[in-house]
Amino acid sequence: MNLFYFLSFVAILCALLVVFSKNPVHSVLYLILTFFSIAGHYVLLNAQFLAVVHVIVYAGAIMVLFLYVIMLLNLNQEQEPHKDNKLKFAATILAGMLMLILIASLKGTALLSTTNTHVEIGQVKDLGRVLFKEYLLPFEITSILLLAALVGAVMLGKSEHKQEIK
Amino acid sequence: MKTAQGVPLDYYVWLSAALFTIGVLGVLYRRNAIVIFMCIELMLNAVNLLLVAFSNYYSDPSGQVFVFFIMAVAAAEVAVGLAILIMMYRNTKTTDINILNRLKW
Repeated sequence: MNLFYFLSFVAILCALLVVFSKNPVHSVLYLILTFFSIAGHYVLLNAQFLAVVHVIVYAGAIMVLFLYVIMLLNLNQEQEPHKDNKLKFAATILAGMLMLILIASLKGTALLSTTNTHVEIGQVKDLGRVLFKEYLLPFEITSILLLAALVGAVMLGKSEHKQEIK
Repeated sequence: MKTAQGVPLDYYVWLSAALFTIGVLGVLYRRNAIVIFMCIELMLNAVNLLLVAFSNYYSDPSGQVFVFFIMAVAAAEVAVGLAILIMMYRNTKTTDINILNRLKW
């Protein structure tokens, strides 16, 4: 229980720091901390496989990609664009209203009253069995999606003036 | 049992709601397209956390498989999105989204 509170505190604090830190590089680093605390939550929820995959994919791949792009574009605090204060205030109010609506709609829902069960489902063995039996077709389609994303990213990132340079 | 240590499911719902709201706040608050991207990742992760929590409490592995797929889609989305951002930076020399209010450059 204490670990839950600690991880939740770290996750929410770092998520807020992602939004409010001036430097984009700091945002990335705080987001990595948030992802690590979410991975801790996965371990608490007995989803060890997902925790490992989460750390590898998010902290290891996606955030490195973000960091790489920020360094490639040479973004820093000086050229960081800012909205004016009126828009920032409106954004905060809107987000607060969304939070209120979420709380109001989820509060006292009957399906929240279940208790934790004692079945092991987060291990690689059990998850793999489900993944390759019931979800085999979506799994294969995911590989096509990744291939399409790979080709698309290369196509988009390629310089348009290549022929002229040659 | 070594998991979830008596944490009610509600707490995970509130935590996910808070993380999702912070993501929405970031999207509305910032003008840097890369930071907006990161906030979208934050929202995806809030949903992932909730899916894993429900999957654990109802002992249904499908939720964790969905999280697995969401991670794959997020990876694809980030690769394409950052490629688009680099294209945009190449043309406009900025990542400010206020520049992008016209469909044709």
